Amino acid sequence: MKVKMLSRNPDNYVRETKLDLQRVPRNYDPTLHPFEVPREYVRALNATKLERVFAKPFLASLDGHRDGVNCLAKHPKSLATVLSGACDGEVRIWNLTKRKCIRTIQAHEGFVRGICTRFCGTSFFTVGDDKTVKQWKMDGPGYGEEEEPLHTILGKTVYTGIDHHWKEAVFATCGQQVDIWDEQRTSPICSMTWGFDSISSVKFNPIETFLLGSCASDRNIVLYDMRQATPLKKVILDMRTNTICWNPMEAFIFTAANEDYNLYTFDMRALDTPVMVHMDHVSAVLDVDYSPTGKEFVSASFDKSIRIFPVDKSRSREVYHTKRMQHVICVKWTSDSKYIMCGSDEMNIRLWKANASEKLGVLTSREKAAKDYNQKLKEKFQHHPHIKRIARHRHLPKSIYSQIQEQRIMREARRRKEVNRLKHSKPGSVSIVSEKKKHIVAVVK
Amino acid sequence: MSAAGVAESLLALSQQEELEDLPKDYPLNPSEDEEDIDGERKHQKLLEAISSLDGNNRWKLAERSEASLKVSEFNVTSEGLGEKLVLSDLLGPVKTSSSLAAVKKQLNRVKSKKTVELPLNKEEVERARTPLEQEVFNLLHKNKQPVTDPLLTPVEKASLKAMSLEEAKMRRAELQRARALQSYYEARARREKKIKSKKYRKVLKKGKAKKALKEFEKLQKENPTAALEELEKIEKARMMERMSLKHQNSGKWAKSKAIMAKYDLKARQAMQEQLARHKELTQKLQAASESEEEEGDVEEEGELLVPDAVNEIQMDADGPNPWMLRNHSSGTKEARIQDPEQLPEPVAHETPESEEEERPGAEEEILLNEFEERRSLRKKAELNQDTEPVSRQEPKDSSSQEVLSELRALSQKLNKENQSGKQKVSSARTVRVVQRKDPTEEEEEPLLLHRPERAQTVEDLEELGKEGCFQNKEVPRSVLEGQQLERNPNNHPGAPKEKKKKEQMIDLQNFLTTKSPSVKSLAVPMTIEELEDEEERDQKRMIKEAFAGDDVIRDFLKEKREAVEASKPKDVDLTLPGWGEWGGVGLKPSAKKRRRFLIKTPEGPPRKDKNLPNVIINEKRNVHAAAHQVRVLPYPFTHHQQFERTIQTPIGPTWNTQRAFQNLTMPKVVTKPGHIIKPIKAEDVGYRSSSRSDLSVVQRNPKQLTVRHKNQLKKNSID
Repeated sequence: MKVKMLSRNPDNYVRETKLDLQRVPRNYDPTLHPFEVPREYVRALNATKLERVFAKPFLASLDGHRDGVNCLAKHPKSLATVLSGACDGEVRIWNLTKRKCIRTIQAHEGFVRGICTRFCGTSFFTVGDDKTVKQWKMDGPGYGEEEEPLHTILGKTVYTGIDHHWKEAVFATCGQQVDIWDEQRTSPICSMTWGFDSISSVKFNPIETFLLGSCASDRNIVLYDMRQATPLKKVILDMRTNTICWNPMEAFIFTAANEDYNLYTFDMRALDTPVMVHMDHVSAVLDVDYSPTGKEFVSASFDKSIRIFPVDKSRSREVYHTKRMQHVICVKWTSDSKYIMCGSDEMNIRLWKANASEKLGVLTSREKAAKDYNQKLKEKFQHHPHIKRIARHRHLPKSIYSQIQEQRIMREARRRKEVNRLKHSKPGSVSIVSEKKKHIVAVVK
Repeated sequence: MSAAGVAESLLALSQQEELEDLPKDYPLNPSEDEEDIDGERKHQKLLEAISSLDGNNRWKLAERSEASLKVSEFNVTSEGLGEKLVLSDLLGPVKTSSSLAAVKKQLNRVKSKKTVELPLNKEEVERARTPLEQEVFNLLHKNKQPVTDPLLTPVEKASLKAMSLEEAKMRRAELQRARALQSYYEARARREKKIKSKKYRKVLKKGKAKKALKEFEKLQKENPTAALEELEKIEKARMMERMSLKHQNSGKWAKSKAIMAKYDLKARQAMQEQLARHKELTQKLQAASESEEEEGDVEEEGELLVPDAVNEIQMDADGPNPWMLRNHSSGTKEARIQDPEQLPEPVAHETPESEEEERPGAEEEILLNEFEERRSLRKKAELNQDTEPVSRQEPKDSSSQEVLSELRALSQKLNKENQSGKQKVSSARTVRVVQRKDPTEEEEEPLLLHRPERAQTVEDLEELGKEGCFQNKEVPRSVLEGQQLERNPNNHPGAPKEKKKKEQMIDLQNFLTTKSPSVKSLAVPMTIEELEDEEERDQKRMIKEAFAGDDVIRDFLKEKREAVEASKPKDVDLTLPGWGEWGGVGLKPSAKKRRRFLIKTPEGPPRKDKNLPNVIINEKRNVHAAAHQVRVLPYPFTHHQQFERTIQTPIGPTWNTQRAFQNLTMPKVVTKPGHIIKPIKAEDVGYRSSSRSDLSVVQRNPKQLTVRHKNQLKKNSID
């Protein structure tokens, strides 16, 4: 007698090891899983709501400074180490994991104007109001040794900023002029000027490392090539630029934090029109720093808040503020792109999550998958009105909120006037200038 | 007594019983009786006479209302005759033969006879005494007008009977339409009548006066004779005023003003104004002629100025069909409209007047005319086929007349309201009409008095007479026919223009769908009509030019139809081919099965734009869903389909395999926690030499670059 029976290949249903997930046979027939869009929409809605529920970006406040924090620097090799300079000339080195100050140096008399680390991470440079440039060892002095800088350079004028080359032993300072120094020398290799105003900040390009940009009080942004004796070109804006920051992933792109509450992202090849104008701050933007991924940047403003902007969006995706945080003077995005640090007037350094609702710590694979899925859903349904409303909702301090309203009214009035002017003038005599072009005065080569 | 005698008596009895149903004073027609029956009659009369001798009437005994002893089967009586009945007589064979048959015949004849017609003096009526009457009768006969029966002419009756179902339906529809139109205009007129604003009235009156004056001036230039007529009219109006004494201080208002005048300046002014008007109106004009004819005219006019309703009420009292009866007053007006070209003089004057003054009224008047015309045409076609030789050409006219009259009644009614406001102008018009028919009316006077109900038809006749048949009664039929044929085209030209108007007014539904027929079929081009039409045509042409090429309305209608179709719920077909029966290529499931498994969706609620012909209301839009929907196409997308596709593609693990899910949800930028992300390097993206991207430098000083370049290359190699 022949017995008929079902036979299956065990490979199809038996897992190889105990650690493997059980194989779950699934039928993906779409008719069995109807209402894809509504179901995903609900999921997206829930994800968005949960995002807002878990949005708790503030991590820690590093206090210890006895004056406003004027500058911040990241350690190039260690994620946990952060350096900060205060308005009383004190420099502190912090350990972020312990959230403690590990070292304090009285570096300057008067403000510490600028601080930067050497690309190898063994030493750092500071400039201060006392017209000196000092190089310090990253590690603390040994037992019984005195806290002394490695080198001290006495300058003729006050230095307002410093930045180190990303690969070579060269650094640049700015004040009356941009000086490029060899670490081994006490006099600059070359100094470049274009105009006579004080230069507030100088930054090396992290990719095209010979390039550097500076911004001066006479409202211009000047680009230099280190290998040349003269500056490359400059762009003059409506108002003064406080800082610039290069995009670490796109060599040509930099963003300027301006006094007119806006940030301008420029392509250095075409300075006459900024790539994007980022508007949301309601007061002067004091500092800007790119995320190491180059997709976003964070800006610190005099309006006591920091904002995170996507590079290609003109509006911020996030705003951070606390009651106690005063005018934010400096801001840095950590090298792992997860955290943001900001130093403010009221002597604190604050640590924020770059992604407000992100879960810290190690994620299991399923958690990660869920996170990715939710992120994708939010992206997919971001234009739907309810989701958009929930995702955009932020609480703002009253001062900022009212300022926003006020400025909206002002902007509207200006626009209306422009439209009226256009309407009542001879056709062709008046043209509406786009927001991007409006703020650029001139480009000089 | 013989058997024959018994039979006689029985017969007499039966006859009496039959005769009792008839009125007693009704004499049997002697000529109808047979001869032997005549004898019997005599005998019966004799018996009657004898029985009546003793005073009491025996007849009553013969009559029975209920079962009684007297009519039992056991004792048969013959009390009515006072004779004894013998059994043997009854047992003997009854002779039924010829005499009884004759009786039956007579009985049948009696039965079939209708009730008596009351006015029996037919001959008397028909007889014409005076030559005038003869003439009138002749005319009536010619047109098959009923002389005795006031309601319908035989032709009318015939046409009523001949009407088929469809035609009746159509006619009913037409009537309904007309009625709707009527009610609409009535409502409008009522509304307008209700306006109490004195200012409005004043302005209206003033405007009319001004217009009349202008017209008069114009007329004076163009047509002095017509102007003279007009002047006469004015004179008449003045006379009317004079007679009415309306502007003397006798009215209620005037009295109150007189009281107030002492104190109120305004009242005083009003009074003075009124007095001035009175003076002006009562002043005798020198130009006015004082002939007796004119006086007569005035009188007639006075009659005519009495509102039509007065006549109507009279007729309503005895006339059963108000639709038919109302005609009489509209007849005159109708005549004017129908053949304005008949009178060459007033035409020039009349057309502008009717255009300006009676715009609303004239519109539907002519529209109704158009109804009539269509009907008459149809009738004509039908009747031409008719083989009846008696009324060859008259039917055309009279049958159409009948229909016309109905519609005329409508139009007249509609106009009445409009006219009441414009007494002055309309009076002028009526005067002219009266003048036109003067000669005929004198002749008709006795007839009119004779039959007030038929006034309408007489007037119609008079109109016919205008056209020629009145003057010479002996006009051969062919001539008449020819004239009628002439008349029809004359009626035409007004029609097409008005058709369009009508459709605008009535068919809200078909407003967009109907096309105005722009072709004038067989119309002889008429100068007047052209003048009227010219403006309109100009406008139409301009519009046509502007929208040449694109038929916006049709496109819209098509779109709407599609929208309606799309919004209709579809039936669900659940038939499974091959289930329970043979299947395969070319085999269809049976009709029964299809019927069984076709789920019919119920009719949804009516569309909101059902009654709005030029609107499409989208009912798909759900307000609650709309709150969740994207309103504007988001930036990177250029077409809504792209966006919809991205939304419709599910990315979840429910719909995708694990691998696909991972790929779909992979973030664009992945960062590892705890790792420093270094700035990008040229090498990372495939560039070997870093200086290649140094475009600005390359442009600036290539010489210096070469040295530097070498250095850099060295360094890179060291690294």
